[in-house]
Amino acid sequence: MSASIPQGIADEDIGGPAQPLLSIRGLVKHFPIKGGVLNRTVAVVQAVDGIDFDVAKGETLGIVGESGCGKSTTARLLVRLIDPDAGEVLYDGLKIGAQDGLDLREMRRHVQMVFQDSFASLNPRLTIEDSISFGPKVHGLGAKEAKARARELLQQVGLNPNLFVRRYPHELSGGQRQRVNIARALALRPRLVILDEAVSALDKSVEAQVLNLLQDLKAELGLTYVFISHDLNVVRYMSDRVMVMYLGRVAEIGPVDAIYGNPRHPYTKALLSAMPSMDPDARTQEAPIAGDPPNPINPPAGCRFHTRCPFSEPVCAAKVPDLAAVAGDAKHAVACHMNVAGSGHSRTAGAA
Amino acid sequence: MTGPLVSVEGLRVLFKSADRTVHAVNGVDFALQPGEVLGLLGESGSGKSVTLKALLRLLPASRTTLSGKVTVAGHDVLSMDERALRQYRGGVVSMIFQEPMLAFDPVFTVGDQIAEAVMRHEDVGRAAARGRALEMLERVRIPSAKRRLDAYPHEMSGGMRQRAMIALALACKPQLLLADEPTTALDATVQIQILLLLRELQKEFGMAVIFVTHDVGVAVEVSDRMAVMYGGRIVERGSAADVIRRTAHPYPQGLLASTVHGAMRGTRLEAIPGAPPDLSRMPTGCAFAPRCRLADDTCRSVAPPIAALAPGHEAECHQPRVLSA
Repeated sequence: MSASIPQGIADEDIGGPAQPLLSIRGLVKHFPIKGGVLNRTVAVVQAVDGIDFDVAKGETLGIVGESGCGKSTTARLLVRLIDPDAGEVLYDGLKIGAQDGLDLREMRRHVQMVFQDSFASLNPRLTIEDSISFGPKVHGLGAKEAKARARELLQQVGLNPNLFVRRYPHELSGGQRQRVNIARALALRPRLVILDEAVSALDKSVEAQVLNLLQDLKAELGLTYVFISHDLNVVRYMSDRVMVMYLGRVAEIGPVDAIYGNPRHPYTKALLSAMPSMDPDARTQEAPIAGDPPNPINPPAGCRFHTRCPFSEPVCAAKVPDLAAVAGDAKHAVACHMNVAGSGHSRTAGAA
Repeated sequence: MTGPLVSVEGLRVLFKSADRTVHAVNGVDFALQPGEVLGLLGESGSGKSVTLKALLRLLPASRTTLSGKVTVAGHDVLSMDERALRQYRGGVVSMIFQEPMLAFDPVFTVGDQIAEAVMRHEDVGRAAARGRALEMLERVRIPSAKRRLDAYPHEMSGGMRQRAMIALALACKPQLLLADEPTTALDATVQIQILLLLRELQKEFGMAVIFVTHDVGVAVEVSDRMAVMYGGRIVERGSAADVIRRTAHPYPQGLLASTVHGAMRGTRLEAIPGAPPDLSRMPTGCAFAPRCRLADDTCRSVAPPIAALAPGHEAECHQPRVLSA
């Protein structure tokens, strides 16, 4: 087996199929804003403020939300591009960054990421072949084997290796560059790929090609995806489960059909009805909610959505709602006082 | 009615640099009635934004060759001198952009900038111009408008800035508003508010709008008529319903099929193969032929004719086939 990287502890399935590939518990990331003469912390951006979720083996978890909701910060925390202030990330039961867990270098072989800006994520001075083979070489693969792997991956993402290995990023179109980024992410044969707005910068006709490619690769290689996007249509198309974020917290999470067919959080409902109509005879007549998303620097107390919520009551401003399962569907959870009987909201599930 | 407000005939735009010539717009014709909303739909490099900028003569004169005939409200746009252009821009035609920070000067307050535009075009004093600015900010529903008059652009949120830019563009009651992807950078819940606001203001002011977007859904929300651009030409045009439901040209057909919407999970997307054409080496014949599944030798060698499908519904294709959705 000359063409393989030395085996690590997490190469095999450790916990079996039932154990989530990724478990996130109480993850928090606050960014301080410094200012003034003494450069003190004058404010804090609560980018991610205590979130829990699991990603099952082989599934695609979609994450949606508007700008400032913390979806990209979450992605960066998952691959430890930034360190969390609190909380933990477990990869197949192993705590990332802990003594008895998985070290970062090892983790990054298994968890890779694709970003929105296909140009900024490639080194402009490396050929496509060098960019793709860089990771495997760092992880101990010989130069010849790494090159062979790069060619094989280019083939796999639909680019003819003979035409592309010697090219530089600026010689490629946006769609081609994103294929190269996907090939590079797959070069270490990861099990989990985090796609942060990976198709958002592409034209629709090219976006469809890349979405098809991602579906094919997932089936072929048995990958697990975390698919982050602001495009609700694309998330619906790609995901098995969907997590809706609002200002650093999880508003709702559940199977894709439950989120789109039976949304329970008023924010999810607003987000879905804000999608432009595709029917010229049924154009949108009224905006579902008014105003802009609040600034994550000083998010509203209690439920963070209460300032824009049509059903807001005093309890919403006073108390943070817990993420709790919806009655009758254990997989579907929502953080809303209306979902919890006895929460003090007049429209609780029992009352309605 | 005294004829169209906007008439564009054979518009061509070339960008020349030392080593290549980019054919950004290759013969665009259209007319727009007063008070009509045209959605110009296309992907990057299709020439939609360049067409819009040509209507306002915003393209750098030293590198750009414009030809054809553009008439807006009786003005011959391509032959206007700088002085005439200054009255024309903002007075007759106004434009809103994707990035409002670039439309505003960061060192002046929003109120002062709107007032300046009003004084520039109308014979009014500063107090009256400030009054108009306040009225406009209220009209675009900026909360506590009076206070916002003295705000700097960076002090506003994205959606608010977009509203302020609309206020600036409409302050002198233009007859034509050019909108270049004004909602693309906005969040979904804010985008729909801005689209509805534009629709409402368009009706109230009775102005014509050309709305450029790459998003089919956005185009449907705002347009009376739609035109789809590819390779610097309009390849299909008609009422919004014609273009969306009775699509005849293979490119918009492919675009609609590859746009993810509704419950398409589990199905494979019918992507258009290949990439948009290189505008410095345009193919002879139909620009879409290299990516078209119906293309034959005629398509690859002869420029396609305009096929009339219904009154007002046209496709530029050798073999248009209406696919009813």
